[in-house]
Amino acid sequence: MHPDVVVMGAGIIGAACAQALKARGLDVLVVDRHGPASGTSAAGEGNVLVSDKEPGPELELAVVSRTLWPELAEDAEWEEKGGLVVATTPDAAEPLNAFAAKQRAAGVDACELTAAEALQQEPHLNPEITAAVHYLQDAQLNPVKATRTLLRGIRITRAEVSTTDGRSVTTKDGVISCGAVVNATGPWARSFGVNVLPRRGVVLVTTPIPGTIRHKVYDADYVGAVASGDADLQTSGVVESTQAGTVLIGSSRQRKGFDDTIESKVLKALARKAITLFPMLSGVPVMRAYGGFRPYAPDHLPIIGEDPRTPGLWHATGHEGAGVGLAPATGALLADLLTGAAPLLDPHPFRVDRPEVLV
Amino acid sequence: MKNGAGKIVVVGAGPAGMAAARTAADAGAEVTMVDSEPEAGGQYLRGRARFDHPGVTHLKNTEAWLVEDNTLHLRGPAQLRFDALIIATGAYDRPLPFPGWDGPGVITAGAAQALAKQGVTLAERVIVTGTGPFLLPVATALRDLGATLVGVYEASSPTRWLREAKAITANRHKIAELASYRKVLPHLETRTAVIAKHGDRITVAKLDRHWRPVSHRTEHADLVCVGYGFLPRTDLVPDAQRTNDFLDVDEHQRTSVENVYAAGEVTGIGGADLAEAEGVIAGAAAAHQEPPREAVEAVRRGRLFAGALARAHEVQPGWQTWLNQDTTVCRCEKVTLGNLTGATSMRELKLTSRVAMGRCQGRICARNAAELTGVPFDGQRRVIAVPIPLGELAALPEEKS
Ligand SMILES: Cc1cc2nc3c(=O)[nH]c(=O)nc-3n(C[C@H](O)[C@H](O)[C@H](O)COP(=O)(O)OP(=O)(O)OC[C@H]3O[C@@H](n4cnc5c(N)ncnc54)[C@H](O)[C@@H]3O)c2cc1C
Ligand SMILES: Cc1cc2nc3c(=O)[nH]c(=O)nc-3n(C[C@H](O)[C@H](O)[C@H](O)COP(=O)(O)OP(=O)(O)OC[C@H]3O[C@@H](n4cnc5c(N)ncnc54)[C@H](O)[C@@H]3O)c2cc1C
Repeated sequence: MHPDVVVMGAGIIGAACAQALKARGLDVLVVDRHGPASGTSAAGEGNVLVSDKEPGPELELAVVSRTLWPELAEDAEWEEKGGLVVATTPDAAEPLNAFAAKQRAAGVDACELTAAEALQQEPHLNPEITAAVHYLQDAQLNPVKATRTLLRGIRITRAEVSTTDGRSVTTKDGVISCGAVVNATGPWARSFGVNVLPRRGVVLVTTPIPGTIRHKVYDADYVGAVASGDADLQTSGVVESTQAGTVLIGSSRQRKGFDDTIESKVLKALARKAITLFPMLSGVPVMRAYGGFRPYAPDHLPIIGEDPRTPGLWHATGHEGAGVGLAPATGALLADLLTGAAPLLDPHPFRVDRPEVLV
Repeated sequence: MKNGAGKIVVVGAGPAGMAAARTAADAGAEVTMVDSEPEAGGQYLRGRARFDHPGVTHLKNTEAWLVEDNTLHLRGPAQLRFDALIIATGAYDRPLPFPGWDGPGVITAGAAQALAKQGVTLAERVIVTGTGPFLLPVATALRDLGATLVGVYEASSPTRWLREAKAITANRHKIAELASYRKVLPHLETRTAVIAKHGDRITVAKLDRHWRPVSHRTEHADLVCVGYGFLPRTDLVPDAQRTNDFLDVDEHQRTSVENVYAAGEVTGIGGADLAEAEGVIAGAAAAHQEPPREAVEAVRRGRLFAGALARAHEVQPGWQTWLNQDTTVCRCEKVTLGNLTGATSMRELKLTSRVAMGRCQGRICARNAAELTGVPFDGQRRVIAVPIPLGELAALPEEKS
């Protein structure tokens, strides 16, 4: 066995890389210690968002991804549900509208609504909201199914990689030599030389209330929480339904290593913020809570490219809270670079030799 | 704090919890016993136990839902701080699916027994099917209420007990208990199970030793009570070490989580007397006292019996042949056998088929789905033990007490 490329990690990013490499004619082997979508990719809500990104390289990656996803997300519960971002205080109204104006200038479909129009879109929304923006491009999919779809027809081996030199990977079962290696190990990517840290997130799931909430609805303060690098707990209201009618409630951000205990203060904060958006949720029971670790690069940009210290070792990681949304463009960009083709967008911002990234 | 025994919180007021609470209080601890039911007694003694013990505050109708460091969160919301916590939350029955099990007229044996205790007449013609000695008291209770017992079907072979001489000799009283079920013993058929139900037409099969059907016949009944052993209620300590989903404990009933003890059916199934003896040890140890020797001896004997019980009535894989592709596996989300896609982990299986994602959170189906697909059963790591309205979570105190 001598594959052209070994992809380490069968999360949504590893799957997208493998799919794109295979589509360019390469022989790919995916290695994961637990199997497909067994890490962070099974812990997210599966949103494909443009609404939460300010103009810049990440938004560009998101917009390209958004155009690639519909074709790739076949059988993955793809739904173009749209996003509704609302301001819940008078002070937050102006910054939200200004943010949307900048995005519009960058080509994002962001439509300002009056409170009455927003209530028409979401009848149970808190009538006290002070501003609302409707993002038609925001969509959702089932990330586990999407990972499996991307991996169709690709060989997967279950093994833990201990080391790699860019021309082979070493596992307990032996050494697999290959032409190149892709590090797509998500929050565990630090083991292979890039500064990626886990940033914990918790999601609450209610009993089903089908039809009650139609869009992804979130509080405008979410964007600030995403961009922050603070280790302390940050929460903002993010509410949406799944196709099964359950409501998913996020979002929390906390840096505390791989500690996965559930804290009541996180549950409290998430519940309060969700009720601020939808007062009727107060009486709806939560039936479970789950969490995961976003793969976080300190400068908040994905890492996509070859490692200058180890030729043959490529990284595709650090997507933090947007890996689902950014997966297809990440895979395509990595495959372009690895095969020497013209990259579909400027790779420079995502390069590996950034000061915060090299460790 | 009296005698250094401290504050002890017991969750569950069954035989294990009651014994733990009494023992800890007698050792000088300040004890609170919490139970979701209006009366003490647990599965077996509910309605017959009268609990009132100096030094023990019994919080009735109160569900516990999260353990966070040294705080137990209760519905309300309310919090109890503890120096030691004793988990005595018992177990619930495991049903196995078969065509028609998700329709009307099928309930778990435990539910049947609970309803029978309330004097509810459930049906005229009743079948009890499953494995294990607990089928007999259920059948007895139903019969005493005037139901006609069509049959009591034990899937395992009684000869499996012949290998358990040591456990039997140590637990003669258990065999004597059988005598109290003499009225239902004539209805007992071994190596037999209900494998399908269409209205009141019940397909009853004779099984081989792997529980594969070798022949079948039709019976008529309006109620089928199903119980294939028990699954422990371990939600409050999702990170505690476990074997086959039962909590691991040391000789002082300590779990792998600091200051948390476990007693009764959460550690294994061996009957009410073993649960009670474990409760005594947990209560004593949590209050920093040497456990009484009789209790230690009772636990030693009881565990022999529990081990034999687990072996003799182990669920055999042949049950998987009772299902068709369109047989429901998960009732909450209406997932059939055919919907269970190939997966390598429980999480992947859930997220691709929605099995175990509904109201019961996999309590009924997760184990069965894991066995049907060969996915490793990851135990039941639910971090919220009971559903709680968001408004109640929002009302939690700012910082934990
Ligand atoms: C609560 C929460 C909500 C989220 N919501 C969204 C959302 O709505 N939209 C969105 O776009 N993103 C969301 N995200 C972020 C998204 O889930 C991640 O960005 C994405 O899943 C990262 O994918 P990945 O493939 O890089 O990592 P993972 O999915 O974690 O995959 C890494 C894989 O590598 C394997 N691995 C690790 N080390 C080794 C080794 N040594 N050898 C072999 N295999 C190894 C692991 O087993 C794992 O399968 C959310 C995250 C969280 C926590
Ligand atoms: C159908 C049936 C018949 C049986 N027949 C016999 C018999 O004939 N002889 C015999 O020896 N044994 C019998 N048993 C077994 C007997 O019921 C058990 O051995 C015994 O009840 C176990 O005691 P326990 O204290 O561990 O748990 P339980 O008696 O189950 O008590 C657990 C208690 O914890 C409470 N609880 C659980 N979770 C929470 C929570 N989160 N918050 C608050 N409270 C909670 C429950 O409401 C319950 O009251 C039978 C069992 C069944 C199901």
